[in-house]
Amino acid sequence: MLDASARPRRLEWQSAVVEAIEAQTPTVKSFRLRPERWGGFRAGQHVDVRLTAPDGYSAQRSYSIGSAPDGSGTIELAIEEMRNGEVSPFFHEVVEVGDTIELRGPIGGHFIWDVSIGGPILLIGGGSGLVPLMSMLRHRAIVAPEIPAVLIYSARRYDDLIWREELFHRRDKDRNFRLIVNLTRESARPGLHFGRIDADRILEAIAEETSWITYICGSNPFVGAASDLAIAAGLAPETIRTERYGG
Amino acid sequence: MATRGFVGRRPTDEIGNRLPPGQYLTEDFPVLSAGPTPHVALDKWSFTIKDGVKPVATWNWDEFAKLPHVKLTRDIHCVTKWSKFNTAWSGVMIDDILAEAGIEAPTEWTLAHGHDGYTTNVPTADLVGGKAMVATAYEGQPITADHGGPARLLVPHLYFWKSAKWLTGLQFTKRDEAGFWELRGYHMYGDPWREQRFTGD
Repeated sequence: MLDASARPRRLEWQSAVVEAIEAQTPTVKSFRLRPERWGGFRAGQHVDVRLTAPDGYSAQRSYSIGSAPDGSGTIELAIEEMRNGEVSPFFHEVVEVGDTIELRGPIGGHFIWDVSIGGPILLIGGGSGLVPLMSMLRHRAIVAPEIPAVLIYSARRYDDLIWREELFHRRDKDRNFRLIVNLTRESARPGLHFGRIDADRILEAIAEETSWITYICGSNPFVGAASDLAIAAGLAPETIRTERYGG
Repeated sequence: MATRGFVGRRPTDEIGNRLPPGQYLTEDFPVLSAGPTPHVALDKWSFTIKDGVKPVATWNWDEFAKLPHVKLTRDIHCVTKWSKFNTAWSGVMIDDILAEAGIEAPTEWTLAHGHDGYTTNVPTADLVGGKAMVATAYEGQPITADHGGPARLLVPHLYFWKSAKWLTGLQFTKRDEAGFWELRGYHMYGDPWREQRFTGD
């Protein structure tokens, strides 16, 4: 096994077999992939995916890994279908179990979490910005469940919550993990909030601990608003790592 | 390797010929950064040229505004795959900054510094000779904080992570010192046309 934290090595394109596909929400499917040579990764990293047409035309996109580094030799991507997109509709409408696609990775050495970074960790995700945060949560549950973690997760509707049942299950079973959910386009359900993330949500999240390490992922407006709120709540800018989708 | 069932949506030749390999055209202007957006007040802003650790010249905002400003319209290419055509910037060419400082570039390598602690390395030859500027306006307006305002580096012929946001200075270095992303697996040079995204590309 290669150590993913060692000096960067050349990233070769490799084929990966689709082992499972699951509809997570009306617009998000998850894909379990088995790359032919996989040296592991760190929670929060992404892969580049390449699709090639018969005439050689190809398209590339980056997708975050949602699974934990678990030694299984597989990774799980969760891909939101973008209207008018070129690659995500292909994944949603064409890709089947047994297909092979090309990828390379893992990529990214900043928006990552492992036990050496420590905690407590505050994760703030908007929409499919949950994906790399989920990798961190799952990884933490395996290697360091004693580290306190809070996830503030904003989605449009209840049905848009990716890995919803797993998140609720983790909330119920893991006393060091707190889940705060905001639904922006559907009135509140018991235990969930209605509306955008606001200052109160952040203050509620960070009340019981200090020295938070914060990860924020989502669309640019979401990340901009959430990081401004986090700073206003007293978190130091240098302790906040961001990743913006749509770029 | 052809992907089963993939046809793709080819751009026209006119667009395709301007797209480096692996890139697609976007009409909006995505934002990428490693941390929160700093909001830098103009009366706190300064820009410093250093030779190694030694400051050579510093300008505050009002002084910098008096330097000769020019316009530069270029296609830009982000390592995350989007490209944007005809982005229109104005600012001060690095050539003019050096001339105002009364120096020739002292070393072959430069490290750009951002207000947020970000750094990125660029060969000095890629900054001079009319290739790069410190941009202070985009499409005729002050650059927004999201996009690196008040001032950002613009090196349009390299992947856009080289165009450091919230620029505070340029430091000439004796060696090619890796910056923030270069230390994290991204390419030391970053030529989009040679698809130099990552170490070893």
